[in-house]
Amino acid sequence: MTEPLIACNRLCVELGGAKVLDGLSLSVHEGDFLAVLGPNGGGKTTLLKVMLGLVKPSSGSVTVFGKEPGQASGRIGYVPQRLDFDRTFPISAMEVVLMGRLSRKKLFQRYVREDRRKALEALETTGLASLAQRRIGALSGGELQRALIARALAGEPELLLLDEPTASVDPDMKTTIYDLLDQLRKRHTIVLVTHDTGTIGRHVSRIACLNCTLDMHEPGSTLGRAALEKLYHFPVDVVEHRETQTPHRHA
Amino acid sequence: MWSSIAKRKRPTAMPDFLHFEFMRNAFLAAILSSVACGIIGAYVVVRRLGFISGGIAHTAFGGIGLSYYLGLNPLAGIIPFSLAAAIGIGLLSRKAKIAEDTAIGAFWAAGMSIGVILIGLTPGYAPNLFSYLFGNILTVPNSDLQLIMGLDVLIIAMVWLFDKEFLAISFDEEYARISGLKTVALDLLMLCLIALTVVIMVRVVGIVMVIALLTIPAAVARSFSHNLYRMMAVGALLASLFSIAGLWLSWVFDLASGATIIVVAALVFLLNALFGAGKHRRTEC
Repeated sequence: MTEPLIACNRLCVELGGAKVLDGLSLSVHEGDFLAVLGPNGGGKTTLLKVMLGLVKPSSGSVTVFGKEPGQASGRIGYVPQRLDFDRTFPISAMEVVLMGRLSRKKLFQRYVREDRRKALEALETTGLASLAQRRIGALSGGELQRALIARALAGEPELLLLDEPTASVDPDMKTTIYDLLDQLRKRHTIVLVTHDTGTIGRHVSRIACLNCTLDMHEPGSTLGRAALEKLYHFPVDVVEHRETQTPHRHA
Repeated sequence: MWSSIAKRKRPTAMPDFLHFEFMRNAFLAAILSSVACGIIGAYVVVRRLGFISGGIAHTAFGGIGLSYYLGLNPLAGIIPFSLAAAIGIGLLSRKAKIAEDTAIGAFWAAGMSIGVILIGLTPGYAPNLFSYLFGNILTVPNSDLQLIMGLDVLIIAMVWLFDKEFLAISFDEEYARISGLKTVALDLLMLCLIALTVVIMVRVVGIVMVIALLTIPAAVARSFSHNLYRMMAVGALLASLFSIAGLWLSWVFDLASGATIIVVAALVFLLNALFGAGKHRRTEC
């Protein structure tokens, strides 16, 4: 087994005195496509922010690419939860995607042709090349979500961290985004955080259930109704978790 | 003096009043200050820094008081006070976890109070006080024009050097931080550039009305601009149009120049908002 890209060891995080993550151990290896499921407020976004170095753990340890979080910014692509920013901001999709190149540039270095080429490639991968010059406010929810994925890809990361990429798009676009992720997992290690229990099991290689504490489900297992109800404290869909592309079954 | 000139020799065309040196200086000051206004105003509007800019401007009044007390050129006091206000408000709200509006309010009032106390301690009457509160573009000396030009060059250079970083922290500060940018330092740098713009604008419209010229031209420009740099250019153009139109109207009707500039800007802003709202409704359906 190679060294894990992310290793969390008995990680605890407190925000404003409340325990958000409690004794969480987790490792992500190269080639993984890990989905972290859990209810809102269960600490999913906090977990990503710990990995990004935005939130400091109160105890336990985290390493990302063998270093402290925040020290490997050029190797991580982050797709934040949408709607955090101003849709009326005067900026084109291309300019947003170019920001993905920031971690590879030094202060005072300007964006050059190489950066624009990588940004355009990322837009092509996400199917947005024709909308490159479109103002960000004129994009639909799904297009905006894909633009943010393109921004993460433009930095040529090895690891992609996605926060609720399907939370604010319609069901049709959800499929498009999952198809895109299926394609991206061939070249990237992916950690995806979602409260969407519906179709996720078909696409990922591992599932973790997070509600303050973490429950790991390895390939081949079915995440049963009992486990999910324990996680969410109310009845939810069963997540069928198979590696093979079997027809989707609604519980 | 100026009103008697205006009454005796009311001009019929623009070039007429450019015969006076103070009018030429006023025009130059209007155009030079509009450059800074358009560029920095774009950041103020997209990052919603209007209130913090107001705080920086009013804190600078303490600098005017200090200059009076020490008998210096008022700009010598405004520059350190406004920079200190920018860094102080920035650090308090971003590092010490004090709510930003609280920090702004404290600096705003404290700066004004220091100014009032120092002016009160200065023997004699403070003759030009009013002009720093409400601006007097007709009394800009050549030395101030040079200073304004120098600050313009500095602001343009900084924005050119840090454009990708400033765009990143304006659009998505968290992402900028993840990308390894020193966002707090960049943020403070931007606040300092706002402070320098305030210094420039004090001559033109005064401390009280600085916020109007920092926000209105950029806000109107936003509706015509698909990116930030175009917004800066259109904002600078609009700011100079407002200033020149206001200056000309104040000359023709013998009004206070700074206030007239602001009223012109506010009218255009209102018209644009009304027209823009109508247009928006039409495109929505």
